[in-house]
Amino acid sequence: MSGHTDMVLVNEEGIRIDGRKVDEKRNIKIEAGVLKNASGSCYLEIGKNKVLCAVYGPRECRPRHLQNPTKAIIQCKYNMQAYSVTDRKRPGTDRRSVEISKLISEALEAVVQTELYPRASIDIYIEILQANAGTRCAGLTAASVALADAGIPMRDLVPAIACGKADGNVLLDLNKEEDNYGQADVPIAIVPSTDEIVLLQMDGNMTREELDHGLDMAFKAAHEVYDVQRAALKKRYSDISKKEGDSVE
Amino acid sequence: MEKRNAKRTREIVVPGDILADASDYRAGDNTYELDGKIRANVMGIKNYRDDVVGVIPMGGFYMPVTGDTVIGIINDVGPSNWMLDINAPYPAPLHVSEVPWKVEFGDTSRFLTVGDVVLLKVLMVDESKKIQVTMKDSGLRKIEGGQLVEISHTKISRVIGKSGTMIQMLKNMTDCRIFVGQNGRIWIDGDAENVEVAAEAIRIIEAETRSANLSDRVKAFIGKKLPQADDYAEEDE
Repeated sequence: MSGHTDMVLVNEEGIRIDGRKVDEKRNIKIEAGVLKNASGSCYLEIGKNKVLCAVYGPRECRPRHLQNPTKAIIQCKYNMQAYSVTDRKRPGTDRRSVEISKLISEALEAVVQTELYPRASIDIYIEILQANAGTRCAGLTAASVALADAGIPMRDLVPAIACGKADGNVLLDLNKEEDNYGQADVPIAIVPSTDEIVLLQMDGNMTREELDHGLDMAFKAAHEVYDVQRAALKKRYSDISKKEGDSVE
Repeated sequence: MEKRNAKRTREIVVPGDILADASDYRAGDNTYELDGKIRANVMGIKNYRDDVVGVIPMGGFYMPVTGDTVIGIINDVGPSNWMLDINAPYPAPLHVSEVPWKVEFGDTSRFLTVGDVVLLKVLMVDESKKIQVTMKDSGLRKIEGGQLVEISHTKISRVIGKSGTMIQMLKNMTDCRIFVGQNGRIWIDGDAENVEVAAEAIRIIEAETRSANLSDRVKAFIGKKLPQADDYAEEDE
């Protein structure tokens, strides 16, 4: 949204610079249970984004003053690796990562049954290994898979996807160029069973009609992401039973 | 008719999956109801019992329940209590009034110190998940010697088997003393070689929880490793 470019982001045929149509999302790959020492974990790729997420707990909440006697708290840490972007990112917490951590933990609080674990804390660590726009959506999508993998009771998974506007076209799942040189970026996360929105931000400008159209695309795409999440979780356990079958021989 | 068919499938469900219509079934463990549909809360295996549909979780932490026997490891020693790790999200304090010895105030570390392993019973868990454990019951004591095996607490029921058949077979065939804690810890004591075999057998049970005729396979495994195992079994009879 910041810069200007001579690049044609969407051509006359409605094809974007990476060859996608306006309502096409990037390819997603999700794998659950990749880390041995975490309670639950997930590795996710969407386009050129690569995200690793680990969940620990529920465990005793430290420091003590953060404990809530009625429910568990969700502590999330979103972190970008120094090598995740083209220019080296200065390592450590910054305003952006604090914001995203808060957003993700609040989005997940809407689905996790925190009241079952009073005084405990559920810790989520999201590491962005490679970034190409849409990492907060990728991080949230990965975090909800990791939570389910950890066996934490939750109402539903949370798929997230962005819509936006570039070159005057409403687009789904912006990539880096479209995000940098486009007119708007709207990340959204939903609860698929009820179609509740648990995360919605807008950076840039869109008309009401454009936003409605973008949200329609995003809802449809989020349900597709949800199917990929479910398949990843189910695959983790069918893999285990397959291994069991092998060891019988 | 439909119910009977459904019973046989061991379907994996993830949070949010629709299990059944609320008009046909009642919501069981790890489920919730939304708009007349029963949905899963956790990842696990769909399970029907009569008209109740529930989910058997495949992971997650052990949640202590009053009356459970568990194996705890001492974390910290206070002047009038010990803090134990029982594999739950919360620490479990053991008060001096709940041990079978007469302990003077501040004299706690003479009886149990950090790293000691004890057999316990969960005395009480209140609504804010504050746990109390006790050692004042028959068979509860400090563990010395033997080996501690840790498996997922969801697989403990398989180690015990239907009305204790699996654990009885393990005990008979390996001639070991075995104590199974509901929190996923299993203590085995006996001849070093036999303990090794018993521990390995438990690992097999953990890895193959979901396969059929598991006890036959475990039996064959122990029989191969310990050819003299049948002798033990006969002695016991």
